Amino acid sequence: MKPPSAPTPRLSALRALLHKSAFVALAGLAFAVMLLGKADTLLIERMRATVIDAAAPLLEVLATPAENVAAVFANLRQLSVLRAENERLSEENDRLGRWQAVARQLEAENEALRSLLHYVPDPTAHTISARVVADTGGSFARSLLVLAGERNGVRRGQAVLSGQGLVGTIADAGQRSARVLLLTDINSRVPVLLEESRVRAILMGDNDDMPQLRFLKERAQVRPGDRVVTSGDARVFPPGIPVGVVASVDDKGGIGVDLFVEQGRLDVVRIVDFGLNGILPDQGGM
Amino acid sequence: MVPRGAPRGDYDPTQPTLWQRLDWLARTLVPGGLTLVMLLISVAPSRLPGFVHVTPMVALICVYYWAVTRPGALGYGTAFLLGLVEDSLTGVPLGLSSLAFLITQATVASQYKYFLGKPFLVTWWAFFLIAAGIALFKGLALSAYHGQLITMTALVFSTLLTIAMYPPFAWLLSRVSHLVFRES
Repeated sequence: MKPPSAPTPRLSALRALLHKSAFVALAGLAFAVMLLGKADTLLIERMRATVIDAAAPLLEVLATPAENVAAVFANLRQLSVLRAENERLSEENDRLGRWQAVARQLEAENEALRSLLHYVPDPTAHTISARVVADTGGSFARSLLVLAGERNGVRRGQAVLSGQGLVGTIADAGQRSARVLLLTDINSRVPVLLEESRVRAILMGDNDDMPQLRFLKERAQVRPGDRVVTSGDARVFPPGIPVGVVASVDDKGGIGVDLFVEQGRLDVVRIVDFGLNGILPDQGGM
Repeated sequence: MVPRGAPRGDYDPTQPTLWQRLDWLARTLVPGGLTLVMLLISVAPSRLPGFVHVTPMVALICVYYWAVTRPGALGYGTAFLLGLVEDSLTGVPLGLSSLAFLITQATVASQYKYFLGKPFLVTWWAFFLIAAGIALFKGLALSAYHGQLITMTALVFSTLLTIAMYPPFAWLLSRVSHLVFRES
């Protein structure tokens, strides 16, 4: 920037006016874009998808050093707890071995009962694995960017899982990348049920670590430690995907859920197309 | 006419040389480009589970820094576009960060005489006020947008971390600024 050598008063007044009007115009435009986004138009969605597609290659490059640094720290941490971890794992292995025997037995029994009933099996799910290249937490929004998009078969509304359980849903899908809305985001609403009591509820995110259970039919039956899984209502997710456990029930009616999936530790997620077209319409131009 | 024996036959002293053009290009692109790079780095996965919720608002630091030290180096239009990129990547309602950046720039511009030649501590203190104001604005705007009050704990920590991160970022940006805008 060259400082203006000796601007005439009229010229500098004109410049100040232009400057001010540019601010007013752009602030107005930003506000208009926000309102347009509230109306949930296709235009805004396409804009987001274009931006994340453009940023995806850069984010892919940037994610690699971050992963390496994190890997070094993780290694150091693991070295210090190796012995205890080993003991815990072999104990867990024993326990899981027993569960495996039970599961095999139940599977065989299920098979037999289904063949008796001529049960129509669920449609097989189509899975896409994708790398996480951006992780944006905080109080404004909770989402991930993954390197898989429409050309890989990713569509808005598909479920995103990790090894531990449900991560969230696809919110915007570009050509080669997509944004995942996490369960903790303020926009997230997932129909769930408590595994044992079969009480149905909606899991609502609030940009905090623990989403809340709302709209319960029978509040009295909720206890800390209850497992929460997807209910399959509204045909967004299939029933039975693990979500978390009830962590706290307070007198004012707040029921916090501790999620199985911890944000910030995800490297790779699975995007699953269960073939369900529920209440989330795919506006992204199928 | 250029006299014979000059290094280049077509040399015209009134036209900028290639280096001057490159210099001009760097001055135009560096403030916005650097902010964009910082923004991308700030969303890269840190793999630190606690940290991800209190990520500092790095782009705000950059926008404020350029507004205070070199008014006009990062224009309103660039700030608007940077805000759109941030919102698209993070999933915040599109336009909210643009509005926050524009307000930051306009606030600094209106107090420009105050910032002139002030020591670093004063600009840091002013950043404290602006960052707190912007965080409050974004928090309230977002609550109004969703019709639901967002939890403010993470917001407070993220703001404090942003303010604490200002000195190292300002130092880094001042190095770059020296490199690009050398003669002044």
